[in-house]
Amino acid sequence: MKLAIAPLLVALLGVPVLAAGSAETLRGTGDLGIAVERAQGSLQWLDTTNRISLGRIEGLGDLSHASAVFSRDERHAYVFGRDGGLTQVDMLAGRVVNRIIQSGNSIGGAISQDGRHIAAANYTPGGVKIFDARTLELVADIPTESKVIGLEDLPGNRFAFSLWDKGEIWIADISDDPRNPRLTKFTGIGTQPYDALISPDGRWYVAGLYGENGIAVLDMWHPEKGVKRALPDYGRGEEKLPVYKMPHLETWAMVGGKAFIPGVGRHEVVIVDVATWTQEGVIPVAGQPVFVMAQPDGRRLWVNFAFPHYDRVQVIDVPSQSVVQTLTPGKAVLHMEFTPRGENVWLSVRDANRLEVYDTATFRKLAELPAAAPSGIFFTPRAHRFGL
Amino acid sequence: MTYTIPFLLCLALPLAAIAGDTPPAPERQRELVHLVRQECGFCHGLRLTGGLGSPLTVDAMKHKPLDTMTAVILHGIPGTAMPPWQPFISESEAVWIVRQLQEGFPP
Repeated sequence: MKLAIAPLLVALLGVPVLAAGSAETLRGTGDLGIAVERAQGSLQWLDTTNRISLGRIEGLGDLSHASAVFSRDERHAYVFGRDGGLTQVDMLAGRVVNRIIQSGNSIGGAISQDGRHIAAANYTPGGVKIFDARTLELVADIPTESKVIGLEDLPGNRFAFSLWDKGEIWIADISDDPRNPRLTKFTGIGTQPYDALISPDGRWYVAGLYGENGIAVLDMWHPEKGVKRALPDYGRGEEKLPVYKMPHLETWAMVGGKAFIPGVGRHEVVIVDVATWTQEGVIPVAGQPVFVMAQPDGRRLWVNFAFPHYDRVQVIDVPSQSVVQTLTPGKAVLHMEFTPRGENVWLSVRDANRLEVYDTATFRKLAELPAAAPSGIFFTPRAHRFGL
Repeated sequence: MTYTIPFLLCLALPLAAIAGDTPPAPERQRELVHLVRQECGFCHGLRLTGGLGSPLTVDAMKHKPLDTMTAVILHGIPGTAMPPWQPFISESEAVWIVRQLQEGFPP
């Protein structure tokens, strides 16, 4: 009997180890990604080299308005769901490895510069919670008595976020003691900040204001100088169009000292000089922009639109500041994501239930992948960028 | 005289209630459900549990006046992020949406 059992044990124990260690299963994570299937709480698990789905990852709760960040080794994604869920996904295994419900209603989050902590921005109850990135253990709780938007990671293991109801920007510094974040509060920054971004170099934290004209700008090199208001005259005296979808600022395009931002309630992209934070002009487009994203080479901007003009995507040539291409992928293009060096762009076309991949040089469609009501697309190279 | 009283009653009734007596055709109902779940869902949540916008769950909606809610959908709320949906939704459709929200919105 002993003889019979021993090989069986070897077989049972040995096979999985061998499989995990064999050369054919080893691979990197730099060309992986996820697309949110917002209606059914699942993800498409994507391979951007082969332009295929590796499968579906299920069990993530309510993913309306979900977003994701990646661990600094690109092994794990952290997905923030509307239901307050924070889900850790293994990008190599293609499955959920940890999941907590951390609040009643959440909208997004960030990962610290050193990758050790995850911060989640919450609506109900309003505040920011900070978690250990390995275990998802709660490390700190920062109540704000306001809906929190625009939570971004900053150099120096800090987070910045804005308070929709109070018109404030707070910085939480966890560099000394993550369990006791040091808070710096900027009050009176403007009415209803609706989203914010950190510039790719980690210097400028910029909040868009919904309740009034202009934007709020905080220079992280000189936070002691306080929050400055910019573009106060943008659109003054003009009637705004109704806004059926709030623009997103997170992936704001900054190219050659200029920022290209979605005009709120207007069919235009606004050009801003970053040195002076003054408006240089506008580029008319086919609807109210939601995302204005620069290709990694900075040469072109890709713009998608709010309801009811969200069946199209326009491409702007940066040097001539003009629209050079209009694509019509179908109803409800919700998001765009570039491959790491931008040779391809992936689009989610919600009502067509598919992802589409385009060649950014020729605008030729390269692939279509089925996906159930897809929204956000997130590729792992975000791991190495501020604010993503 | 017998005709006068119902006629006056009609005038006294909110316009919305009358318009709401003709529900949208089934195909349009499906479009409206999709519109509420998807477009309204950006702010109110796909499951209508709220977000930047208020919750639109049965508990949140059942005691709200039909007229007021219909007007909010059609005209928005100035000074907030709620836009007017009048270009895309008729009055009778807005009434139908409010009633569905109050009874439990279709999936």
